[in-house]
Amino acid sequence: MGFRIIKNIIKQGFQGMWRNRGMGLASVSSISAVLMILGIVLILILTINNVVLEMKTKFDEIQVFLEDDLLNEDLDLIETQIKESEGVLSVVFVSKEQGLEIMKEEWENEAYLLEGLEENPLQNSYIIQLKDIEYADNVVKKLKTINGVDDVKYYKDIIDKLMIFANYIRFGGIIIIGILVLVSIFIISNTIKLTVAARKREINIMKYVGATNGYIRGPFIIEGILFGLIGAVFSILLLNYGYEYFFKSVNDKLYVLFTVYLVSPSLLIKDITIMFTVIGVGIGALGSIISLKRFLNV
Amino acid sequence: MIEFVNVSKEYDNNVKALLNIDLKINKGEFVFLVGSSGAGKSTLIKLLLKEEQPTGGKIILNDMDITKVKNRRIPYIRRNVGVVFQDFRLLPNKTVYENVAFAMEIIGANPREVRRKVPMILSMVDLSKKASSFPDQLSGGERQRVSIARAIVNSPPVLIADEPTGNLDPDTAWEIMKVLSEINGRGTTVLMATHAKDIVNNMKKRVIEIHEGKIVRDEQKGGYGNGISDN
Repeated sequence: MGFRIIKNIIKQGFQGMWRNRGMGLASVSSISAVLMILGIVLILILTINNVVLEMKTKFDEIQVFLEDDLLNEDLDLIETQIKESEGVLSVVFVSKEQGLEIMKEEWENEAYLLEGLEENPLQNSYIIQLKDIEYADNVVKKLKTINGVDDVKYYKDIIDKLMIFANYIRFGGIIIIGILVLVSIFIISNTIKLTVAARKREINIMKYVGATNGYIRGPFIIEGILFGLIGAVFSILLLNYGYEYFFKSVNDKLYVLFTVYLVSPSLLIKDITIMFTVIGVGIGALGSIISLKRFLNV
Repeated sequence: MIEFVNVSKEYDNNVKALLNIDLKINKGEFVFLVGSSGAGKSTLIKLLLKEEQPTGGKIILNDMDITKVKNRRIPYIRRNVGVVFQDFRLLPNKTVYENVAFAMEIIGANPREVRRKVPMILSMVDLSKKASSFPDQLSGGERQRVSIARAIVNSPPVLIADEPTGNLDPDTAWEIMKVLSEINGRGTTVLMATHAKDIVNNMKKRVIEIHEGKIVRDEQKGGYGNGISDN
């Protein structure tokens, strides 16, 4: 196929898109709609994923509570023993006074409740970070045998559950995205099937004039790709501005803390642009190819 | 130019459309193909266009046995045969000019050549003024002339016309016949299937009559006849 023929095919594709813009609007809006839903699902998954990761780092530490009235030498001994355990990354000592301060900060407006306490009910403690979550069981077991250790708190159950939850979300997300892509291919191929059926005569004529299958298919595929691309651009713009607005209003009025868990719009737009462009073009092209198949046997 | 050697065509539903057809049409001839509906005219044309495959025999077109041509090559066969249909079959969303240019573009013609030849052909069929009209803005005769222009723009050695005047009033039909004779006068072989009695009787060309899948008459300077096929 020569350059001139390829140029013609592209020209016809653009011409076809323009002349079938009514039908095209249907394709474009269904591609946009599907991509929008896809984007919203994607944002939800990313956000939940973020929340899980954030919570994991928060809970992924071991708290060792110490008995009262320990001497400094005892504390040193305990600290060395903890540090010697395999898999321990860092150990931080939190005195009962520091503990109370932290609590007051966290309670903010309700902190006055703590003022009424006659004596500090908290215990001295160590907060241990692990190199890897795998060491957790052994470290916890060993900590419990150390003299002067009163209690060991470790949220293994919660982390395990969170990890399982996160995996479900990821898995479910992939399935939902897969279904949406299939649905959109189906929608596009049907819309293009209508366009093609409306132009069955046209295809027939092209065949009589001696057009090759490639020459006939080409403009339709380009048309499909263009519709996909326009649909993608629409949904990218809508999603981008919509999410940016949502992100801002969450940030401005509601809970500033909550935005930690949200994906930043600038990061999202980059990924979504690439993803939607690829998906839009892909379903446009695939939809055309599927719907053309049965019309080419003249 | 066109040769049928013992060609038969039986459709899947056991309808025998053509039976042992032997036929030879020479270069530059003008041939009418007559016969009642269902006699096999359309099948014969479909075989020439490779829209259908014969169940027996061979068909030679431009020195090539087209029954042996692979599907992939069909478009290239069709480029050597111009076709005109009763229902014009123009691309509705293309202008007259584009409809004609289209036939050249698909074979990768030089754009300069397209710009030179399309106006030339359009003036030949007297449609220069309608170049930028769309088909639905044209009369039946004008549409048929566009479809003829499209059929001959690539200078095919053979032009097949399947009832080209079937949808036209008598005066317009004669206009079309004038154009077809002119094309034939320039050396193109023309095969025209028709029911138009007046036209066949007045043109005094070779007439081949088909009845129930067989050639029942083949005469030079013949008439439409009122023989077997009309009863």
